Amino acid sequence: MNKCVERLYNGIIKENPTFVIMLGLCPTFAVTTNAVNAIGMGLSSTVVLMLSNLLISALRNSIPDRVRLPAEIVVVASLVTVVQMLIQGFAPSIYDALGIYIPLIVVNCIILGRAEAYALYNPPLESFFDGLGMGLGFTLALLILGSVREIIGHGSIFGISFIPADYHIAIFILPPGAFFVMAVLTALQNRFKMPCATNGDAKENDLSCNGDCLHCAGMNSLENHKALCKNAPGMETVKAEAAKKEADK
Amino acid sequence: MNTLLLFISGALVNNVVLSRFLGLCSFLGVSKKKETATGMGAAVIFTIFLSTMLCALVYMLILKPLHIDYLQTIVFIMLVAALVQFIEMFMKKNVPALHKALGIYLPLITTNCAVLGVALDNVEKNYNFIDGLAWGVGTAVGYAISITVLAGIRERIEGNDVPHDFQGMPIVLVTAGLMAIAFTGFSGMIT
Repeated sequence: MNKCVERLYNGIIKENPTFVIMLGLCPTFAVTTNAVNAIGMGLSSTVVLMLSNLLISALRNSIPDRVRLPAEIVVVASLVTVVQMLIQGFAPSIYDALGIYIPLIVVNCIILGRAEAYALYNPPLESFFDGLGMGLGFTLALLILGSVREIIGHGSIFGISFIPADYHIAIFILPPGAFFVMAVLTALQNRFKMPCATNGDAKENDLSCNGDCLHCAGMNSLENHKALCKNAPGMETVKAEAAKKEADK
Repeated sequence: MNTLLLFISGALVNNVVLSRFLGLCSFLGVSKKKETATGMGAAVIFTIFLSTMLCALVYMLILKPLHIDYLQTIVFIMLVAALVQFIEMFMKKNVPALHKALGIYLPLITTNCAVLGVALDNVEKNYNFIDGLAWGVGTAVGYAISITVLAGIRERIEGNDVPHDFQGMPIVLVTAGLMAIAFTGFSGMIT
């Protein structure tokens, strides 16, 4: 049970998908114009993440290595379709607000990233909690961004307005505002030397690009993710099994 | 005329990266040098051109008549992934020069949400084949424009004295934000 709690902590704080690993930026910027949309997007992604991790982990011994990416994509796409229909049926207002970004959860790198980095090597229950932790971390990040943008840009939070219209800075709910809020948040992370994939002066580490996003061509994110997960529980058993197989040969 | 307007709207007014936030990962990731940025832009235009046609045809000829259009997300992502693989193999064998120029960007495009986004957009907005193609290519051109411009600015920033905390990703995000402000100037041009 402790392992499950550890997974939750890992997803929400230690490896927060938005602030630490910087995966899945498109929905992060697009739907955070207010806090309600942010929560809607975060929770839909959480559901998909939990179930996809669970399913892929349960199928991990029967998926041949050569077709593992297509297999993962099919699992994720089916789950997204189910979630999309549920939202359309039960929360039509959120469906209208999120629009095309719901089907686009399929290409959110967090989901394939977690499947590749964790669910393929760990038992279903832990993978499920890993998905839950990552999903909640993602929701939290979206909520922070969404609240900041809604408070500054619209003078309200969760639709309850408390700042008079004269003091709204409308640009924060327009697209440029998303870039500015994220820029300031990452700058704060740099300032306080918090762990983040984008810190310019990151020290020597296991990341395939040395944590140097300034000179990155964007191809390292999956590799990085694996490096960050290298010390995650479960990986030792995978390595031990691989070594054993080698020895048997 | 309407088709032309759709093209301009896709390229400038509703810029794919700066106002719709699609393809953001590669926009921030591959924009370090001008050459790689233009390469990526060209690869995206090429892929979107083919994938829009393919997805529109499959949707109109297979999914719609059989009433299984709820499968669109699954079908489109598999089509895009297969198409990208196929283009890569074809290029490697028959057009090695082009493969050398665009090859390394192709795998990145599979998970580029702009490609899937355009296919889904066309279905949602009920565009016909030609309009859908115009919207798709317009979107891709908009992507190429913005990633090239960002790469140009980033090359200039390298020589500048950026405050320590804003070095790296934050200054790039600020730059992108300022570009987004510039592009909001187009809004209202076409309704």
